[in-house]
Amino acid sequence: MLAYVIRRLLYAIPILVGVNLLTFALFFVVNTPDDMARMQLGVKRVTPEAIQKWKAERGYDKPLLWNATASGSATLTETIFFSKSVRMFAGDFGRADDGRDIAREIATRMGPSLAIALPTFVLGLFVAIAFALLLVFFRATALDFSGVVLCVAMMSISGLFYIIGGQWLVSKVWHLAPISGYGGGFDAAKFLFLPVIIGVIGGVGGSARWYRTIFLEEITRDYVRTARAKGLPERVVLFRHVLRNALIPILTGVVVVIPTLFMGSLLTESFFGIPGLGSYTIDAINAQDFAVVRSMVFIGSVLYIVGLLLTDISYTLADPRVRLQ
Amino acid sequence: MSFQIVLLWSDALLFVLIAAIVGLALWARRQDALRAAWGRVLKDGVAMAAATVLAVFVLIGLLDSLHYRARLEAQPGAAARYAVEVNSALDALLSDLRQRGEKTYSAPLATHLFAKEALENSTQREFPRLKHGGAHLGQDLSGHEFDIALRLSRGLAAALAVWLALVALVSRTRKQEFMAVLRVMRSGIPGDGAGNDPKVVQSKATGAVLVALLAILLLFGVALSLGGGYHVFGTDKVGQDVLYLSLKSIRTGLLIGTLTTLVMLPLAVLLGILAGYVGGWVDDLIQYLYTTLSSIPGVLLIAAAVLMMQVIIDTHPQWFATSAERADARLLALCLILGMTSWTGVARLLRGETLKLRELEFVQAAQAFGVGRFAIMRRHILPNLMHIVLIALVMDFSGLVLAEAVLSYVGVGVDPTTISFGTMINTARMELAREPMVWWSLAAAFSFMFALVLAANLFADAVRDAFDPRSST
Amino acid sequence: MSILAVKDLTIHIGAARPVDGISFDIAAGECFTLLGESGCGKSMTALGIMRLLPAAAQVASGSVSFEGTELLALPESGMRDMRGGGIGMIFQEPATSLNPVLTVGRQIVEALELHGGLQGAAARARAEDLLDQVGIPDPRRRLDEYPFQLSGGLRQRVMIAIALAGAPRLLIADEPTTALDVTIQAQVLDLLDELRRQQGMALLLITHDLGVVARMADRVGVMYAGQLVEEAPRRAFFSQPAHPYSVRLFAALPDAERRGGRLATIPGSVPAADVRHEGCRFAERCCEVMPQCRQAPPPWREVDAMQRVRCFLPGAAPGVAAEVGAGGAAFAAEAKPLLEVADLKVHFPIRRGILRRAVGAVRAVDGMSLQLKPGRTLALVGESGCGKTTAGKAMLQLLRPTAGSVRLDGVELTTRSTSELRPLRAKMQMVFQDPFASLNPRLRIGDIIAEGMQALSVGGGDAAAKVGPLLEQVGLRADMVSRYPHEFSGGQRQRIAIARALAVKPQLLICDEPTSALDVSVQAQILNLLSDLQRELKLAYLFITHNIAVVDYLAHDVAVMYLGRVVERGSADEVLRHPRHPYTQALLAAVPRIDGVGREVVKLAGDMPSPANPPAGCHFHPRCPLADANCQRAYPAETLFGATHAVRCIKAV
Repeated sequence: MLAYVIRRLLYAIPILVGVNLLTFALFFVVNTPDDMARMQLGVKRVTPEAIQKWKAERGYDKPLLWNATASGSATLTETIFFSKSVRMFAGDFGRADDGRDIAREIATRMGPSLAIALPTFVLGLFVAIAFALLLVFFRATALDFSGVVLCVAMMSISGLFYIIGGQWLVSKVWHLAPISGYGGGFDAAKFLFLPVIIGVIGGVGGSARWYRTIFLEEITRDYVRTARAKGLPERVVLFRHVLRNALIPILTGVVVVIPTLFMGSLLTESFFGIPGLGSYTIDAINAQDFAVVRSMVFIGSVLYIVGLLLTDISYTLADPRVRLQ
Repeated sequence: MSFQIVLLWSDALLFVLIAAIVGLALWARRQDALRAAWGRVLKDGVAMAAATVLAVFVLIGLLDSLHYRARLEAQPGAAARYAVEVNSALDALLSDLRQRGEKTYSAPLATHLFAKEALENSTQREFPRLKHGGAHLGQDLSGHEFDIALRLSRGLAAALAVWLALVALVSRTRKQEFMAVLRVMRSGIPGDGAGNDPKVVQSKATGAVLVALLAILLLFGVALSLGGGYHVFGTDKVGQDVLYLSLKSIRTGLLIGTLTTLVMLPLAVLLGILAGYVGGWVDDLIQYLYTTLSSIPGVLLIAAAVLMMQVIIDTHPQWFATSAERADARLLALCLILGMTSWTGVARLLRGETLKLRELEFVQAAQAFGVGRFAIMRRHILPNLMHIVLIALVMDFSGLVLAEAVLSYVGVGVDPTTISFGTMINTARMELAREPMVWWSLAAAFSFMFALVLAANLFADAVRDAFDPRSST
Repeated sequence: MSILAVKDLTIHIGAARPVDGISFDIAAGECFTLLGESGCGKSMTALGIMRLLPAAAQVASGSVSFEGTELLALPESGMRDMRGGGIGMIFQEPATSLNPVLTVGRQIVEALELHGGLQGAAARARAEDLLDQVGIPDPRRRLDEYPFQLSGGLRQRVMIAIALAGAPRLLIADEPTTALDVTIQAQVLDLLDELRRQQGMALLLITHDLGVVARMADRVGVMYAGQLVEEAPRRAFFSQPAHPYSVRLFAALPDAERRGGRLATIPGSVPAADVRHEGCRFAERCCEVMPQCRQAPPPWREVDAMQRVRCFLPGAAPGVAAEVGAGGAAFAAEAKPLLEVADLKVHFPIRRGILRRAVGAVRAVDGMSLQLKPGRTLALVGESGCGKTTAGKAMLQLLRPTAGSVRLDGVELTTRSTSELRPLRAKMQMVFQDPFASLNPRLRIGDIIAEGMQALSVGGGDAAAKVGPLLEQVGLRADMVSRYPHEFSGGQRQRIAIARALAVKPQLLICDEPTSALDVSVQAQILNLLSDLQRELKLAYLFITHNIAVVDYLAHDVAVMYLGRVVERGSADEVLRHPRHPYTQALLAAVPRIDGVGREVVKLAGDMPSPANPPAGCHFHPRCPLADANCQRAYPAETLFGATHAVRCIKAV
């Protein structure tokens, strides 16, 4: 078990290196820093001096991979690759276009992101599993059928509609919650209420339908027939036998997203004006702040890999066949 | 010739795709198992109703993919010159809607603009009269509501008449089936009591198609009849008809939903099968590749790639003759990027299935004959994975249509000049804070998108149920 | 006094009627067996009694009365008390019938809480008792283990313990030993029989195996196409079967007496469940069919007080004259061997730790040697997991052996590369076990059969023209070339698989359990076909099987495998009539015989050890009744008894 975890951890290293190389290629090789400068400065203001200045401000005036003018180890370190890509492994993300330290910005913005994403995730998971169990309990009845139709209909609605419609109905018509904004401490609750509810409703259709399929597949297994042949009531069969086994495939899909909750949600945060990482990312994309986008890509993949690791571990905890072998 | 045909890259790919689908359909007709599976889809009422709706969307999308440039008026004898503007067959059909722009926002079926303006020769601010919306009423607006009601009923009546004619046609050619439809309809909800008589089952599907057609025809009739005099869904900020915009958005949605998968499939199939069948270092390499790609959060990877693509397009303006070509290139690039980031899931799935197939005895029998690796992959593995590919194709479609809207909102979607659901929503949401709200652009975009995605989801469900061996037993 | 009375039970699945009006009684303490081939509705009947039918199936009519209570009229809550409490049930697949994520103890205690009113420590103690009662060693430890940690035989014992937890008066056992090896089957059947006698429990045993019926039954009901066709006490059934179908079932059984001759077969296959019958359901396949059989269903006719039959034939059905064969007339015993295997080893590395280094190996095949001469049949016999299938694949080089030599017609195969092997592949072919997995469902029959000819350039280019005659050679019609596999039954598919192998004119055919997935009547057809082909084409067969009766019928030579090695080999007569190795003796004794006479010589305890970690010395010594300290020292060398009979046992005499 420990050897397994260590092995998975070691496997994460080449993947992170790969991600790093990929983003480096995307940001610095496909387009040269000159191209980026030209686009950012706009056609009218492009002069060789302005480009130089733009590059120097961001540290893009170094060679890409090999600095022939420097000596010693500086031939490698005084390069864009080292200063922009390799140093990310040390948690150094550099500065955004507005001059702020990206690492500090990320640290302060994780809180609000998590404050929305975590309750949305937990509540959403609970509601979806409960709804799926309800449908499975009444399987092959009109309730099940209309539940599935409802799920498909809810899946077919754009996430943007949930947010826009929810804001309009709850905040504008009913005046139940502020339309957007964020506050610290207990004050946050009144701002979080609406985005969390909307997040849960927006996601429940797809996941409930998926869980229902898993439950239904599990319910055809032989051991369920054995449990029924013991005389167990359907409720016990469902909760003690089916749910336990169905949790295993559900875990694979669910645990992997837990670390990425830190990243927040792009849409929710930007619509509700929440100062989290999601809105940070979206602002960076709109302002074409490449340093921030690059940092978010790196953080995102680190978190995803942590998620993969957690999935493996939770798997072994949930499934004795994996745990004990 | 009074116009010049323009074949955009996306048009070409779309036609290739259609040709491929037709070709595959012809091939599938000869494959017993596939024919049986499609037979199950054809007998599914909900699926066939959804397919009818989808067919209408596809028809609109195809009409919108026949592009041309109109010839400009020129001196006789001079070389023909063509307009810069690239239009489609759909534009030609909807030229009324396209050309009757207003100044700015107006509500659905309104006769006046949405905002007050200072009128000429007056200090008062008034709601100005629309140029086209309700223009036939003249100055006397007392007949506005009556006119709407009249047009509404005319549209409904015409649609009903067309539908009844269609029904008559069906009943003539397939009389027995039709009688069964009537029986099913009379007995209420299809599904109970009627049993599994194949004729009844088939007739249920026919009935569902007819019901879907009725709904579509009614909407068409109403839109046609009201659209003659009004802006059915109002107008947007620059006064364009929202109905026109919604119809134009369909092509963008369809393209993104289909071309993306088309781009991704060959790669996913090739790598998935190779990894599963060959194993060893090939497997390790391919697994590493897709784990790395999928470890980058999708939106961010797409955003990064799109940002970079934007830089390329912006720094190479000389590549594109018209703005339509440029927008088209960006659309294709978006499909490519979406495809490159989303092949990992399908590849992983196919790898897993290949691992199972590789152990099956018919593969070992082929190995015992010394059949080569690639021949085994082509003859024995690939055909047995096609159902997964098909399921992935139809299941991904709706997700991609929805993703387009979100990406365009984030600013990494289609070109801002391309008309799409995403750009419609993106421009409309700026006005949400207005009091009273400008809701019609959003409502139109969301309703069209909902209809398209719901139909696609329902159809995809039926396809999955029919092709997934687990669900058929 | 009957404990269970089933009357006119009819079950529908859509338009199909898998059970169509079946009636029988079971007395308290009695063992009643339902005998039938796959798809005859016997499992459906059991599930119908328990009201555990799958969602698509429903009881259309009839009555099931248990101890005077009408089960079909009970509310679901009342039925739940019956399940487990009144009627226990065990299923065919012990591997899937236990919940994989709950401990064995939890799954037994659950039933005890429900029916025994026991809680906590008392329930746990009772669960331990039950495990002990079903013969599980070290029951206290096993309570906290998960099903995957147990062998198949132990899992089935746990299933029985769960069923016993509610102290049922009737136990329904649906093919309880079909998934188990023959030595384990003997253990489980003994256990069931013992429990039944101890507890006075009635047993409804569902099986397709006449041997199991002979071992267990008080009375037999024979099912065919959803109906009972004959009901008889065991003795009467085995001495004087009355229905033509029963008679034919016996005649289709392979055994030594019929060696070299042809088995009686039942033409065709079982009708589909959605076929509507006018007359007798068996009429289409019956050799004694009369015009009236096709007009009306035959009524029950009493043969005597206890035996009745649903047939128009007056008196018992005529027996089938068994064609006594020449008794293993082998070809050219002196010819030089076609296949020579020496010290073949196939090891699969076990990788552990951070760097996934090989820390050991599963020794699936661990030094086996054998020889096969042209035109002869060598049976490789052993229980599941002994490495016989792996050995077969390694001989064909489908799996590359770890060590050892395989020579085909004098040519060494193991050192050749894949491309160098290709020209030799026409000489050796394989027929696989699962007729449903061995044909690519997406290819037409013609393409499947032509594949080998094209790949190996056999038959001079015009492969398609050769397919028709091949199909006829295996008893199919030439016009079937353009059909797909799903249109064929299991037996027909196996014929296609044989035609595919024959297409490249091999000299050696490795048959890996080719009949184990087939019903007895169809098995006889395939065995007949194989022996015909051997006569015509002088084929050599390496016949991999666990079925001793089949071996007895067709093998000239036999090699018995245990844990990766051949423990005994010789001619069929030597090995099967005069077994010298204690494992061979136990294996033969464990086979239930239809004459009801068990050879009470050696009963094996326990299971086969893991090939990853075989016992030191003789692999068999932990289970061997004769073993002593000497057996643990070294693996025994081969002892020869006569020219051909070799045994690896130091105790063999």
